[in-house]
Amino acid sequence: MADAFIELVDVEKVFEVRRKTGFLRRERRSVRAVDSLSFTVARGEMVGYIGPNGAGKSTTIKMLTGILTPSGGRLRVAGIDPSRERTRLAHRMGVVLGQRTTLWWDLPLIDSYRLMHRMYRIPDARYRENLDRLVELLGLADLLDVPVRQLSLGQRMRGDIAAALLHDPEVLYLDEPTIGLDVMSKARVREFLRQLNAERATTVLLTTHDLQDIEQLCSRVMVIDRGRLVYDGALAGLHEVGESERTLVVDLERELPPIEAPAPARVVRVEGPRQWLAFPASESAAGLVARIAAEYPLVDLSVREPDIEAVIARMLDTPADTPDSPPDPAGHTVR
Amino acid sequence: MAARPGLVAGVPGRGGGGFRRYATYRVATAAGVFTNTVFGLILVYTYLALWEARPGLGGYDQAQAVTYVWLAQALFAMLAVQGGGFEVELMERVRTGEIAVDLYRPVDPQLWWLANDMGRAVFQLLGRGVVPFLFGALFFPTALPGEPAVWAAFGVSLLLALLVSFAIRYLFALSVFWLLDGQGVGQALMVTGVFCSGMTLPLNAFPGALGDVVRVLPWAAQLQVPADVLMGETAVSGAFAFQAAWAVALLALGRLVQSAATRRVVVQGG
Repeated sequence: MADAFIELVDVEKVFEVRRKTGFLRRERRSVRAVDSLSFTVARGEMVGYIGPNGAGKSTTIKMLTGILTPSGGRLRVAGIDPSRERTRLAHRMGVVLGQRTTLWWDLPLIDSYRLMHRMYRIPDARYRENLDRLVELLGLADLLDVPVRQLSLGQRMRGDIAAALLHDPEVLYLDEPTIGLDVMSKARVREFLRQLNAERATTVLLTTHDLQDIEQLCSRVMVIDRGRLVYDGALAGLHEVGESERTLVVDLERELPPIEAPAPARVVRVEGPRQWLAFPASESAAGLVARIAAEYPLVDLSVREPDIEAVIARMLDTPADTPDSPPDPAGHTVR
Repeated sequence: MAARPGLVAGVPGRGGGGFRRYATYRVATAAGVFTNTVFGLILVYTYLALWEARPGLGGYDQAQAVTYVWLAQALFAMLAVQGGGFEVELMERVRTGEIAVDLYRPVDPQLWWLANDMGRAVFQLLGRGVVPFLFGALFFPTALPGEPAVWAAFGVSLLLALLVSFAIRYLFALSVFWLLDGQGVGQALMVTGVFCSGMTLPLNAFPGALGDVVRVLPWAAQLQVPADVLMGETAVSGAFAFQAAWAVALLALGRLVQSAATRRVVVQGG
């Protein structure tokens, strides 16, 4: 691909793990964190990169930013081999890590930006212009003189995003940028990212557990599992691959035995007068609705779109999380 | 505390950051000034008694011994003799993995931390050093030179002392890349720093073979050498050469260890 901005060909990363197996006896074991991973991202694309914990997402980001050396394969970002020329690449990329901050904890926000200004050798006029724009778009005006340790999580995250963009990076890596944020803060961050991508054509690679991030931002999704790319394409296509199902929720006039629906639709749950029916996402709901309306005393109905987390889980052939399952170990609330 | 000395080279602006960050904690600074003054008082009376019994110990007279005490208290925080400078943060960042964030930045880590530590040192010299020193000079007989040239030489010697101090702490801190926890390293740094720098007793007064050894170790370049330069107890050129040699050797070693540490992270992962 001629305009591939990020290019991976058969990239792999193998970690040596030593384990104690007895007194002074250690066993060496290789763990393949990323296995023959190949993909390209064009300049200006906004791509979601998702997968379960430990799938290799962070390892991939670390290799793309040059702080991990691949064990094999070929990796280029903007024509640069990241691990060989990390510092040169650093001037052209921005990194936002949801769980860590690049800001100085005990300094006011504006001081961190001044340090970035010097560190990235941003021309003065450029710096001022970018700072003004970011402060306005991210609503940071009142926060500039506040020490970072006093900022709320959402404020800090906006501050971090601004810090990552002061030097006009061509590519932005976002690792869980909305983790722990409230609904308003999430909306604000997403709106900003959409604008950034549209107006500046910044290439964005986004890893997240929040599938709304992906739904609202990314036209393309890559799914990684156990170090391998298992899906790469449009979000809509993910539903087909995952053979996902939509849910029709019907409220009847009274409690009735499960509706006898035409296959492949079937009743999956009954609770008093309310019944849940699953049917393939690729099929229209119209026929099913008409049939039920004709044969049963229908009061109300609604159609629920499939949960992508469940889709991915089905695709990966692992049990899906149900809405009332406890939060997963990483602390993300499963939608 | 809005003053920002823009004098630190290396990573431009980073030194100012270091200065400002330490300037944030004013109560801690006041407590430090008080501690250094009290310790100075205790040591001064101990030294006066010691030099009373052993006049000319280590080549110092009583006034020189008193000067040494107050100089040590004034430089204690600036030179981070017992640790407590940038290395605390560096070790913590390695332990928690925050160090990965630093690797995203387009700067050389050693210069980065040096600039940071210089900002801290300038603040601590002004914020914590000046008051105990003036206190000592006011209330005790001291042996301070009158000629500006000696003070200028002392300034250069102090800068070299800071470089050596930084280089020692950088090496100690980098060991955490392998040890993964900084507590023991911090304690080792404290014990060696306090003892080998001559915080308890001037290295000149150490007896026999022990004295011969500690006087050529890099820690001697931190406090003993600048003190001797100020009090005219040593040839300036020799003192500079000694300090510069250690600074260059240890900084170079720091670079080697740094690339090994980075490689370790880059190959093995966080």
